[in-house]
Amino acid sequence: MGVTLSSNPLEKVCPMPIHIVVRRLWAHVAALLAVFMFSLPVVAAETIRFGFLELAKDARFDEKRLFFRTLSRPLGDPFAGAEVAMREARFVGQALGVSFALERLRGKDAAELLTQLDKLAAEGVRYFLVNAPASVVTELAQAAKGRELLLFNVSAADDVLRQEQCQANLYHTLPNHSMQSDAMAQFLVANKWRDVLLLEGPLPDDKLIAAAFEASAKRFGLKIVAKRSFVLSNDPRQREQGNVGLLTTGSDYDVVYVADSDGEFARGVPYQTVRPRPVVGSEGLVAEAWHWAWERHGAPQLSGRLEKQAGRRMASMDWAAWVAVKAVVESVVRTNNADFATVVAYLGGDEITIDGFKGNRLDFRPWDRQLRQPILLATHNRVVERAPIAGFLHQTNNMDTLGFDQRDSRCKP
Amino acid sequence: MQLKKMTTALAASLLLTLPMSAAQAKDTGYIFVSSENDNAVTVLDGKTYTVVKTIPTGERPRDMKLSSDREKIFVIASNSERIDIIDIAKLEVVGSIEVGEDPEMFDFSKDGSKVYVSNEDDGEVSVVDIAKNEIVAKIEVGEEPEGVMMSPDGTHLYVTSEVANMVHVIDPATNEIFANVVVGNRPRRFASTPDGSEIWVTNELGGAVTILDGKTNEIKGTVAFAPKGFRAEDVTPVGITMTGDGKTAYVTLGRANHFAVVDVASREVKDYVLVGQRAWGATLSRDESRLVIVNGLSDDISIVDTASNKVTRSVPVGRVPHTAVIDD
Repeated sequence: MGVTLSSNPLEKVCPMPIHIVVRRLWAHVAALLAVFMFSLPVVAAETIRFGFLELAKDARFDEKRLFFRTLSRPLGDPFAGAEVAMREARFVGQALGVSFALERLRGKDAAELLTQLDKLAAEGVRYFLVNAPASVVTELAQAAKGRELLLFNVSAADDVLRQEQCQANLYHTLPNHSMQSDAMAQFLVANKWRDVLLLEGPLPDDKLIAAAFEASAKRFGLKIVAKRSFVLSNDPRQREQGNVGLLTTGSDYDVVYVADSDGEFARGVPYQTVRPRPVVGSEGLVAEAWHWAWERHGAPQLSGRLEKQAGRRMASMDWAAWVAVKAVVESVVRTNNADFATVVAYLGGDEITIDGFKGNRLDFRPWDRQLRQPILLATHNRVVERAPIAGFLHQTNNMDTLGFDQRDSRCKP
Repeated sequence: MQLKKMTTALAASLLLTLPMSAAQAKDTGYIFVSSENDNAVTVLDGKTYTVVKTIPTGERPRDMKLSSDREKIFVIASNSERIDIIDIAKLEVVGSIEVGEDPEMFDFSKDGSKVYVSNEDDGEVSVVDIAKNEIVAKIEVGEEPEGVMMSPDGTHLYVTSEVANMVHVIDPATNEIFANVVVGNRPRRFASTPDGSEIWVTNELGGAVTILDGKTNEIKGTVAFAPKGFRAEDVTPVGITMTGDGKTAYVTLGRANHFAVVDVASREVKDYVLVGQRAWGATLSRDESRLVIVNGLSDDISIVDTASNKVTRSVPVGRVPHTAVIDD
């Protein structure tokens, strides 16, 4: 059985410091209150409901590991991002005579989440945010095929979800791996750091990240001088692969790119390389949808709201959940709360202007329903650059220099 | 506590005493420019454009306005959560008013006794009694309120919410909201025709100006901008000002590094003029012969001759300049 967390705020998957628990509790109380307020009937106002589907146990948000604060990993569960967007929707909702509600649903696997989805869909819920790894997203999207539902993938960066496994009613607000690595490649080219040493981890996700970077290197003309596999181990028999010094010897390079989805190895690479070279990819400098240090286009206000909501800083998946809700609200408002088909047409169309607080007008790519967006290149405490970087031009929209352009698309839903 | 009382007393006494003592300061011709990253207001000579003085203020000075008697300048110090009052005769900060969390822009009540301040972080407008140095009311609005403008007759207060994409029309007599109007994306700032019949609001992300009917609160028009050589996403209108006869509007286009000259009656864009980077602020001299454009990312201002719509000078100021006020 899945658990509706908002009705059981004490259900926790792992221990955490008491102040966080208290903060969380408050967040849940606030969420309950918010749901209550949003759904107060204002002369029989219509309530537009969002379901937020996630795994009861998702290793990506393991509190015991979040303390690393590895640059490329989430800082917490992105539900908080959706909550912030709900608060932002209050006034527009009132003006339109509709209210918005957000419900959090958990299940132990895709099958349980599907049961939850079916139950809400039967109650008329149309919009779902999916916070789950790619395999779960795929299963849910398969099951939603052809139905009057919209699914938003807010936390799986896998390229394949935008390519072969794309679905007509599956939208992506988190940038995919190739968007991230294209942004990084543009940055390296702009800095003339053309020779790259690529370090690849043993996990399947590490391979995906490395493959995306290799494609980006080819696309933008970087040279990968060597590609080496690392393991997270102190075993002397594996020292060639476990020791950063040994991994970074040999022919010269301008920069080290670490492909490490887990992040623990990557955080040990800077300042351990044999040559004094910058580290990018999963540590050092990362290409992300959001970073708390981004300070233009109203970003500090948004990050501040998330911090108030969640008691921690804002990161990419929070932004992705936030902007998914924003996209629906924007479509409902601009179509004057029209029927579902009209709202969906507007949401996926070229007229929509989504404000992502990154300076550009955002919309979804019609060929794979990936949200076009700038990518932030960030260190631990600064956004160094925003891609697309000046000089990387596209015939229609410069943001399409990042990720799969129409001609690269293998999405055929 | 003690400090607050003292500043209250100071602000109150200032209001009573300043009009007389500063009478000789009128019409200095000085141009005052707030600089967000310098915690200062730069004072330029209006003829030679040399720096007369740099006045230290609270942190992150942004919006500025002349008091109704034109003897003081009120400047928002966002990170210090206050308005600093600059005495134009003395060229120094002579008092402060506390105005709530993360204030960004403001306007005065018709009688000049109150300021209405947008509190960006709180989704509120603070109503501040200047003499009492006290927030007397808070009006809840959409998230990230920004532009604040009192109608010329003082009966309508207009506030934008950048996040809700709305203009809130507020009754300043009751602090109740008359209407919430959905406009373009990321609405920023206002200008009004002299009779208040048309309220123009810039939409930064929408790349346009939305025109509201000042009486019915309904949208009666839009002005889109398409300077040559720029894609739609680079046209980000923010600043706006209108001539006293209500015939011409000047709209700064942000990333497009231009401002537009718009004929108010026909809604037609007459000209696009190249200025500095991220042009936001727009201020007309009293005789309307000169327009000062504030360029946030090139740390300078552009001086424009309005007869020819040509930039005559560009003058370096502080880091991340926000607003210009001309005392002429």
